[in-house]
Amino acid sequence: MPTLTYRDALNQALREEMQRDDTVFLMGEEVGVYQGAYKVSRGLLDEFGPMRVVDTPITELGFAGVGVGAAMVGLRPVIEFMTWNFALLAVDQLVNSAAKMRYMSNGQVGVPAVFRGPGGAALQLAAQHSQAFESWYAHIPGLKVVTPATPADAKGLLKSAIRDDNPVVFIEGEMLYNTKGEVPDGEHVVPLGRADIKREGADVTLVCHSKTVSVALKAAEQLASNGVNPEVVDLRTIRPLDVDAILNSVAKTHRCVVVEEGWPFAGIGAQVVDHIQREAFDELDAPVLRVTGADVPMPYNKQLERAAKADPEKIVAAVNQVLYRE
Amino acid sequence: MATKVVMEALSPTMEEGRLVEWKKQEGEAVAVGDVLAEVETDKAVMELVARAGGTLLKHIVEAGSTVPVSEPVAVIGEPGEDGAEDGKRGGGAAGTSERAEQQATQPAPGHNQPASMPPAPPARAATESRPLTPRSTGGRAKASPLARRIAAERGLDLSMVAGSGPEGRVVARDLEHAAEPVSTRPSFAPAPPARPLRTSADQAYTDVPLTQIRKTIAKRLAQSLGPIPTFYLTTEVDMERVWEAREAMLRSLPQQGGDEAPGQESKVSFNDIIIKAVAMALRKHPSCNAWWQDDHIRYWNEVHVSMAVAVEEGLITPVIRNTDQKGLREIAAETQDLASRARERRLRPEEYTGGTFSVSNLGMLDIDEFTAVINPPEAGILAVGRIAQKPVVHEEAIALRRRLRLTMSCDHRVIDGATGAQFLKTLKQMLENPLALVW
Repeated sequence: MPTLTYRDALNQALREEMQRDDTVFLMGEEVGVYQGAYKVSRGLLDEFGPMRVVDTPITELGFAGVGVGAAMVGLRPVIEFMTWNFALLAVDQLVNSAAKMRYMSNGQVGVPAVFRGPGGAALQLAAQHSQAFESWYAHIPGLKVVTPATPADAKGLLKSAIRDDNPVVFIEGEMLYNTKGEVPDGEHVVPLGRADIKREGADVTLVCHSKTVSVALKAAEQLASNGVNPEVVDLRTIRPLDVDAILNSVAKTHRCVVVEEGWPFAGIGAQVVDHIQREAFDELDAPVLRVTGADVPMPYNKQLERAAKADPEKIVAAVNQVLYRE
Repeated sequence: MATKVVMEALSPTMEEGRLVEWKKQEGEAVAVGDVLAEVETDKAVMELVARAGGTLLKHIVEAGSTVPVSEPVAVIGEPGEDGAEDGKRGGGAAGTSERAEQQATQPAPGHNQPASMPPAPPARAATESRPLTPRSTGGRAKASPLARRIAAERGLDLSMVAGSGPEGRVVARDLEHAAEPVSTRPSFAPAPPARPLRTSADQAYTDVPLTQIRKTIAKRLAQSLGPIPTFYLTTEVDMERVWEAREAMLRSLPQQGGDEAPGQESKVSFNDIIIKAVAMALRKHPSCNAWWQDDHIRYWNEVHVSMAVAVEEGLITPVIRNTDQKGLREIAAETQDLASRARERRLRPEEYTGGTFSVSNLGMLDIDEFTAVINPPEAGILAVGRIAQKPVVHEEAIALRRRLRLTMSCDHRVIDGATGAQFLKTLKQMLENPLALVW
C-alpha cells in the first residue's frame, strides 16, 4: 500500500471524485493558481481547469453562499476555507442556509456541499487562529461533522463527504497535513458515522478525534509501559456520532477518558459522556474524565500554549485517576 | 409479560441453593416483596422474594431441588398467560442489534427486567438517608455503578466492603478481593462431629450427601490451613478475679435492673467477657486486628469480633460489630441473639461477614485447650478452653485457682511471634485484672 501524506491523501480524494463526477468542483481562496494555502489542491487547476477549480476573493460569506446555491441547483461543491477560523464569517451560510434547506423545503432541495479546511491550533498562531470549532457545527441539526486523523481516513472520509447528499463540515488539521500513513489506492471509501479502534485495549477507553488521536496513542504507549492497556477509539465522524462503538468499548474497559482539542464547556466530550452515563451507567467503575484544551483563549507564548493543549501527560494523569492509581 | 423468578445469590459464597419449601403456590396472586419460597444456601435458610407482581403461573422446580444461582425456578405473570412459553428474556425482539442486546442486559428503571434483579435504584440520585440498593445496610455505601452491579450479581453487601477509591468508594477491584476472602465468612475451628452413621444390617456404610454448608466448610477449611503459614501461641490465665467480679455483678443485677424485668436480661457469660477483653486488647494491638489481602495488609480501625457458633450441621461465625465500644450486657444480649438465630439458620449475610478477629470457645465441651483454624482474611483467632480449678503456685504457696488456657492462631504473613505474644499478654493482664478493661 502506498504511503502518502495527509495532504496528498486529500488531494487524491479530490482528484478521484472530480474525475468520477463532473458536478464536483473546488472553490476557495488560493485553491487554483497557488494550489492551496496548504497545497491540498496541487495540480487540480491544471487537470480540471478554472471552471472546476475556482479562486475566490477574500469573501468567506460570499463564496460559502455561492457554494450553497450551487449545491441547491445540483452541483457538488467543495468549499475550501483557508482555516476554520476564517469561516466564522460564513457561519450564517452554513447554519442558516446549508443546514436548513432540506428541512425548510420539505425535502425538495438538498445541499450536497462539503466545507473543508484546517481547524484547531497549529503552533503559535495565537488566540484568533487556534480554535477547534467542531462542537459548534456538531450542535446544528442538518450538518454532518467529520474530523479525520490519519491519511487513510482523510481520503476515505472526504470521498464519502463529497458523495453525501447533505452539507458536511470537514475539519482537517494544519499539523496533520505532513503526517504520513498508508493509503489504499483508488476506491477507498470510509463511511460517515463509523468510529475506528486505533488501538485495542482492555483497561480504559480513550475517546478522541482528529489531532488528539496521535496524542492519545502516545499516552497509550506510555501507559502500556506501566502495565495499563488502553483502548483508543477514534470517533472520525462527530456527527452522526458512533455511540455503539463508544459504548461497546466502555462495556469492555469500564473506564473512559474523553480527549479533545477544543474547549471543555459544551464540548464534544460532554456529549460523549452524556451517552455513556445514560446508556452504560452500570458498566462504569469510575466517573468519566475529560482532557480538553484549557478554557482560555489560546496563548501566543510558546510555553503557555503548550500548557493549554491536551497532551499525553494530561491523558496519563486522567487515566491514573479513573484507574484509582496513585 | 411474564417474568421468570431465578435462584438468587442470597449469600456471598452461594453458587447454588436448595429450594426448601414453596410459600406461594401456582395460581396464587403475588405482590412485589412477597416471600415466594425458602431457600437453603450454604449458610442459612433464606427467603426468596418476588421482584415482580402478578400471579405465580408455574413452579419450574419442585421443593427439595437444588438449583444453581441464576437458573429459573418459577414464572410470574398475568392469569392465563402461558408460563412455559416465557423462555425469552423480557424486552427486545429476536435479532436486535448488538447494542440493543447489550442494553437489554442493563434494563433502565421501568423496563421489563428479569424478576430476580434487585429493584432498580430510584431514577433520581439517592439522598444520603436513602439506601440505593435493598441490600445495603447502615446508610448508603459509596460504590461505582459497576461495583454495585457486581455486588448485586454476587449478593455481596457493599457496606461490608472497604472501598479503595476516593472517600472510601467501593470500586470493582475491591470486589475482586471480596469475592474470595473478604466477605465470605469461612468456617474454621475443628470440624464438628460427623453426622452419626446409621448402619443397617444389610449395609456396611451410609453415604450422606453433602449439605450446602458442609460443602462450604470443606472448601474454606482447605483454603485456610493450606496456604496460611499458621503458628500458635498458648498462655494460661488466672480467672479468679473475673469469676468473682462476674458472680458479684450477677448477684447485684436484679436490684439495678431498671425497667427491665428480671430474667429478661441477658446473662453475661465468661465468653462475653473474653470477647470484650479481646476487643479491648485489639484496640491496643492493631497489628493483630488486620486482614491479609494478598498484595497488602488491611489494618482495621474498627474492631469487629467474630464468634464461632456451632449449628446443627456445622458452624458459623456471626460478628459483634464495634465490639470494643459495647458494654458487657450489650455484648451478652447480642451474642445470645446471634447464636440462637444462627442455630435457626436465620442470620442475614451481613451478620456473619466483616469480622476482624475471631473467638472460638469449646470450654463448655470440657476441652482444656485446642488450636483453631484461621478465618481468612482475618489474621488471628483465639481458641478458648474451659475454666477449671487447678493447683498452682499462688503467692508463694500451692493454691486451687480457676485457670483458663488460651491459644491464639496467627497468620505469620501479618502477625509475627512477638506481636502476637504482646497481644496475648495484654489480654491475659486484662482478664487477670478486669479493671484493665476500662483503665
